[in-house]
This record gives sequence, structure tokens and C-alpha cells, in this order.
Amino acid sequence: MEKTLQNTESSKVPPLEGFREAYTLHLADNALILGHRNSEWCGHGPVLEQDIAITNISLDLIGQARNFYQYAALIKGANATEDSFAYFRDSPGFKNILLVEQPKGDWAQTILRQFLYSSFQNFLFEKLRESKDEQIAAIVVKALKEIAYHLRWSSEWVIRLGDGTEESHTRMLKAIDELWGYTGEMFLPASYEIQMLNNGIGTDVTVVKEIWMQKVKEVFGEAGLTVPAASLVHTGGKEGKHSGQLDDILKELQSVARAYPAATW
Amino acid sequence: MNIATKKYYYGDIPEDSGGSNEIKDSSKASPPAGGGGLEGATEWPLWEIFIRSKQGLDHKHAGSLHAADAQMAIENARDVYTRRMEGVSIWAVESKYIHASNPDEAEQLYEPANDKVYRHPTFYDLPDEVGHM
Repeated sequence: MEKTLQNTESSKVPPLEGFREAYTLHLADNALILGHRNSEWCGHGPVLEQDIAITNISLDLIGQARNFYQYAALIKGANATEDSFAYFRDSPGFKNILLVEQPKGDWAQTILRQFLYSSFQNFLFEKLRESKDEQIAAIVVKALKEIAYHLRWSSEWVIRLGDGTEESHTRMLKAIDELWGYTGEMFLPASYEIQMLNNGIGTDVTVVKEIWMQKVKEVFGEAGLTVPAASLVHTGGKEGKHSGQLDDILKELQSVARAYPAATW
Repeated sequence: MNIATKKYYYGDIPEDSGGSNEIKDSSKASPPAGGGGLEGATEWPLWEIFIRSKQGLDHKHAGSLHAADAQMAIENARDVYTRRMEGVSIWAVESKYIHASNPDEAEQLYEPANDKVYRHPTFYDLPDEVGHM
């Protein structure tokens, strides 16, 4: 039976042989890495208001990451903290999908990636509200309000640029070329996802794919873009097989914490 | 300053393609060209934003921002002006639709009212329970 979580010594979450921790870290890493990529726009946004918008989204995502990391630390015990997960793991330990570690590219690529991810996250989290794990359910309920806005914001940008000028349309096409190959990974469950599904905690991502595809078709339709045919799918992120992209991110993200591991704010 | 890239009206094709590939180097939106004037092709319209902070209070002018259309204006206002829990409601009006009185005319518009004491609402005591009036 799942226990209600409290921050006490006596309560312990059944770790389910490490799968629960892995699943929570997967959700956390997605949020952290995408939050980081978006934050690279800080001070460099094309327009002031969009600079603020993308960094707001970044903060939302990092906030979600924190919630998940704190829970993962609770599951793991043994002096683990949100910081130890975020700052002191190496690339093979990260379970984020490859889509979120791709470079931010130009504005078209950023908003397209946000749309592809936020639509997935929205439908995934809708399902996770029913999770038997109350903490995960609680985190996703809170996150859904933020994600609803991310989805709305990014959808509108896809439409604005897709159905905009010749140049914006071309850039959207280029962005789709760059990113589409990374979308497949979202729907290929990792071993821990399957375990979580079997325990009533996770959900079936192949089912999420249908709803996601519908949304993408809808928005692409309005934007005058076409959904690409089936193509090569890049995978491996969920299992910790990352490219140099993640190394670049971690070098920056972890540099201060690793230089001064005992520092406190 | 160069207007930043990627500022296209929905559905319009601007005169010049609007800038370089490097988003990083482009500057933020420069001060508005008053009310969709000469720079119209590359500058988004300016909107004035009013935020109501609590149910029952009035919308207060919070500032202005650029946006391509009304929906974007509301979203930008949400992002820029409600970050610190400032509001429950946003009004956005294109700046060109706001008419303001001319400061030079302030004397003729406002001063005559000053000495008509019989019009001023100051001859009764407000009970404390009424609160803000």
C-alpha cells in the first residue's frame, strides 16, 4: 500500500527496486535540462516581452524539477538532496529525453521544441494525475497549471511563425527538420516507465502518443505546416546515453557547485 | 538601433526582412514609434496595460508593451506584469486608442473647479466602516 508522504524519518516510500527513483529522476531531468536550455535566452531574447516569457517558462520548469528532485531524494534517502542529483551526477546518470538537450537554435527552433515538449508533457501529466503515487500526482497537478500556459504560448508561436512570412515559415520548416527525429523517444517507454505503469504509478506513453499527435496535427494545420512522415528516431536519453550536448549543458550548469561543493547560500 | 529579428505581423510580409540570423546579437525592442507611425512595418503596435489586483478594485495602469495582436498583448502582460502576484485581471488597449488631454490645456480644463467649494465632496464625515472612498 502506498503511504502518505511526510517529511519524517519514520515514513519511507517503497522504492520498488529503484524504479520509482529512476522514474522521478526522468521527470525531473526533463524539466531541469529544458529549463536550462530556455534560460540561455536570458538577455538575448528577440523582444523584451518574449525574453521574459521564455525565462518565466524556464523558471516554471526548474521549479518542477526541484519538486521531483526533492521527492527523488526522499525516495533514495542516504543523504541525497535535490542538489546532489542536479549538480553531482554525470551525463550517464541523467535520464532526460534527447529532445530537451538539443541546442536552443533560433527562436523558431526554441518555440517549436517547447510546443512539441509541452504538448507531450500536458497529456502525460493529465494521465499522471491518476497515479497511485500521491506525491507524483500532487506535483503534476500543480505543474499542469504552468504547462497549460506553456502549451498555449508555444502553440500560438508555432502558428504565428508558421503562418507568418516567408522567412518565418522557412525557419519553422528548418526547425521541424532539426527536431522531429527526437520526438519518437517520448513514446518509447524505458524499463522504469514500464515498471511504473505496472504498479499503477506511471502511464502508457504509447497511448499519450495518439492524443499528442492529434494536437500537433491541429496546430500544424493552422500554421500551414505538415507533420513529417515517420523518420529516424533518436533514442537513448532515457537510459543515460547522451551526446555532447548534455556535456556542454552540465559543464555550465554544474560548474559552480562542483567548484565549491560545500558552499551554502 | 536595429529592430530585432522575428518581428513579423501575423500574415504580413515586411519591406525588409528584418535582420540577421543571430538572435543573440539583436537588441531588444527600441522605444515605440508613436502609435503605429512611420516605423509600422517593423515595429509591433504598442499596448497600454491595466491590471486589477483584487476583485472589486479598479484596473490600474501598469505600463506598456509591444505585441502583434490582442491575444499576444494579454499574454505578454501576464508574463511581464503579473510575475509577482499583482493581478487577477488584465486589460490591454492599443495605445493609439487612448486619447489624452493636452498638458498645455491643464489650466483651462482643471483650475476653474478648484474654487467652486460647493462642489467638493468634503462636507460630511465618513464612518470608518465605509473604508476606502
